[in-house]
Amino acid sequence: MITPTDFRVPPVDAIALETRVAELATRSIKKDAKKKGLEMVVAMTDLTTLEGMDTPGKVKALCRKAWRPLAGHPELPSCAAVCVYPDLVGTAVESLRGSTVAVASVATAFPSGRAALDEKLADTRRAVAAGAGEIDMVIDRGAFLAGRYGQVFDEICRVKDACGEAHLKVILETGELRTYDNVRRACRIALLAGGDFLKTSTGKVTPASTMPVVMLMLEAVRDHYLETGRLVGVKAAGGIRAAKDALRYLVMVNETCGDHWLDARYFRFGASSLLNDVLMQWVRLRTGVYQRPEDFSKD
Amino acid sequence: MTQHREREKSTAPPRPALSFGQKWRYAPAPEATDFVAIAPRHELFIAGDWSAPRSGRYFPTIEPATETPLSEVALGDEHDVDRAVAAARAALPAWSALPAEHRARYLYRIARVLLERAREFAVLETRDGGKPIRESRDVDVPLAAQHFFHHAGWADKLELAFAGRAVQPVGVVGQVIPWNFPLLMAAWKLAPALACGNTVVLKPAETTPLTALRLCEIFRDAELPPGVVNVVTGDGSTGAALVRHLGVDKVAFTGSTAVGKSIQTALAGSGKGLTLELGGKAAHVVFEDAAIDGAVEGVVRGIFFNQGHVCCAGSRLLVQEPIAELFVEKLRHRIERIRVGDPLDKNTDLGAINSKEQLARITALVTRGVDEGGTLVQSSCALPNKGFWFPPSFFTGVSQTDSVVREEIFGPVLTIQTFRTPDEAVEKANNTSYGLSAGIWTDKGARILWMAARLKAGVVWNNTFNRFDPGAPFGGFKESGFGREGGRQGLAAYAKCTGGLVQG
Repeated sequence: MITPTDFRVPPVDAIALETRVAELATRSIKKDAKKKGLEMVVAMTDLTTLEGMDTPGKVKALCRKAWRPLAGHPELPSCAAVCVYPDLVGTAVESLRGSTVAVASVATAFPSGRAALDEKLADTRRAVAAGAGEIDMVIDRGAFLAGRYGQVFDEICRVKDACGEAHLKVILETGELRTYDNVRRACRIALLAGGDFLKTSTGKVTPASTMPVVMLMLEAVRDHYLETGRLVGVKAAGGIRAAKDALRYLVMVNETCGDHWLDARYFRFGASSLLNDVLMQWVRLRTGVYQRPEDFSKD
Repeated sequence: MTQHREREKSTAPPRPALSFGQKWRYAPAPEATDFVAIAPRHELFIAGDWSAPRSGRYFPTIEPATETPLSEVALGDEHDVDRAVAAARAALPAWSALPAEHRARYLYRIARVLLERAREFAVLETRDGGKPIRESRDVDVPLAAQHFFHHAGWADKLELAFAGRAVQPVGVVGQVIPWNFPLLMAAWKLAPALACGNTVVLKPAETTPLTALRLCEIFRDAELPPGVVNVVTGDGSTGAALVRHLGVDKVAFTGSTAVGKSIQTALAGSGKGLTLELGGKAAHVVFEDAAIDGAVEGVVRGIFFNQGHVCCAGSRLLVQEPIAELFVEKLRHRIERIRVGDPLDKNTDLGAINSKEQLARITALVTRGVDEGGTLVQSSCALPNKGFWFPPSFFTGVSQTDSVVREEIFGPVLTIQTFRTPDEAVEKANNTSYGLSAGIWTDKGARILWMAARLKAGVVWNNTFNRFDPGAPFGGFKESGFGREGGRQGLAAYAKCTGGLVQG
């Protein structure tokens, strides 16, 4: 059994990883496969607004969009969740009552994670109490980069406790971890600490989600499943704006982890502008022509 | 032939298992072929023009994925070879006297037109040879163009390649190339020969002559002087006539070790220059500290690239015991995800076996492997009804004495053995009659250098495999042949150096 201070992981070869990703990016997704893929992307999207200027009005509009992404097309699935700051969870819960859309809240002093542990736990409990079904926490990158892996592990465990029934997504903020080896190790820590999802980024740091990093996470959750039987999800968040790119992520999921993960329970996109491009492509497949961007609601 | 490994019966709950391809299937994404017309008949290319074989005989070339004939191709005989060599001889004085920068200009022109027509060449290569369009599009054609570009750069710098020495062409060169990389091998052979001022008679492989013949269209469009390159298609007897022809000053051959040996025997005492690039049985050596998922990808790339029809394919996996079980498990999952089928589909990873003969050879060797006690693991992929196909496969439970470990299979079949120490890995890797390539997979830099110094192979890749570059010399040890292709070293076979104090 692995002790909480032993987070050994296999090394990652950057060239091999990026070569595989580039190879999968050449997959040609057409016709029915494209339609199915786009519909999966919609169903896997955590429609997100995480701005200082967020208001109840903005969140309500976003919730309506997540519930029914395209007016007049009830056959399109709803998005997986709406992702907001803790103080707006109540508004989102209210707006989404009766839908299948979950409410996710960032917590733990998002996005920097620089606060005392008890404040992070209180932050989490408040969001859960307000009705958030999913908590997106950030790890302490300072502790991680200083080599205090045990501290990172303990903190995730504590937040997981504070979540209760709520699902815990662990944001690694891979743009700050910098190396693939660091990402792989952070995945290991989050998996052992009981995270329900590995999430790439806050969206506040560049680069946010990249394909090689998500590939690495997919390999980590796949290996963890084979080792323990526990299915953990992956959320690619930030920087994915084009439907074409989202389909490339899905190809990675399809050919790395397979069928179990082709499901909104185990793969998510954290995005805001992506959805409209997906909808535009989806409509084009049905009608053969592109609509104007103005034809899609901008909420 | 498929053998499903039986799980040990136990009362433990079922192990977690992955499942692939049930939820999201990719729609067919075939590359268009209608823009690539294929003439019903192809003649010989001699002295800058198409000419019928004296015998009047032609043979069919087929699409291995469907077994449908694509065209018929001239069967050249001794007389045709004679005409081609005479044309090359006649073109030699003017071509070799041309200012080097003018020769370079022709090579640049060929490279540029080849890239302009890249899609056409990729489609033709895939139809005639069976390899996936993804590979012909992303590897074969661009790399072939790169070889022309690279050697165009050398043409006027030969004095720098062989410092302080005067460089002259060797003369008329006879080149015989294989069916696994028909266009790329033509480029590998032609580019350095032309850069050094030689003229050439090229004999493409019997099953895959179409891209080399289409290259002749580019030579004509580039206004390459007649006779500088001649292409004589045919079978083994055509190749034999070419290498034995007294008017040929140098022979370059890529192909099987058996044919290579017979060429060397035939050429003994003739004074002709000879380079041979023959078979291989390369080892991947995977240490326990390797980046394991990267190594799995590399091993897959090493053996399943081009259906394993690669002389430098990494066909023997040597994996260190502590990770052997995990590694095999990962490979078992991975081969299930190799997409086998229509080579023209842009999502195909593994195409058709090149010919009926090659399929029979692969099948026979694999059957022997099973008979000798090896455990065969194969992908459960469906194979098309028509055409020549073999699923991604590997053997476990085999050792140095087994046929599948010793003989070159030249197909999508990997053998897996284990080792305990670096010395044992070196000993096993070198315990083969071949020595073309090897791969080292470890996170430890010092170990890479230690291994590379001990592996008897012309190319040693570390943490990657099957990467090619025109600037890197390629060639073998032992029964994998001699001479190098690519880089400064590759020029040596096509240049006669005089003067100077230092050996080039």
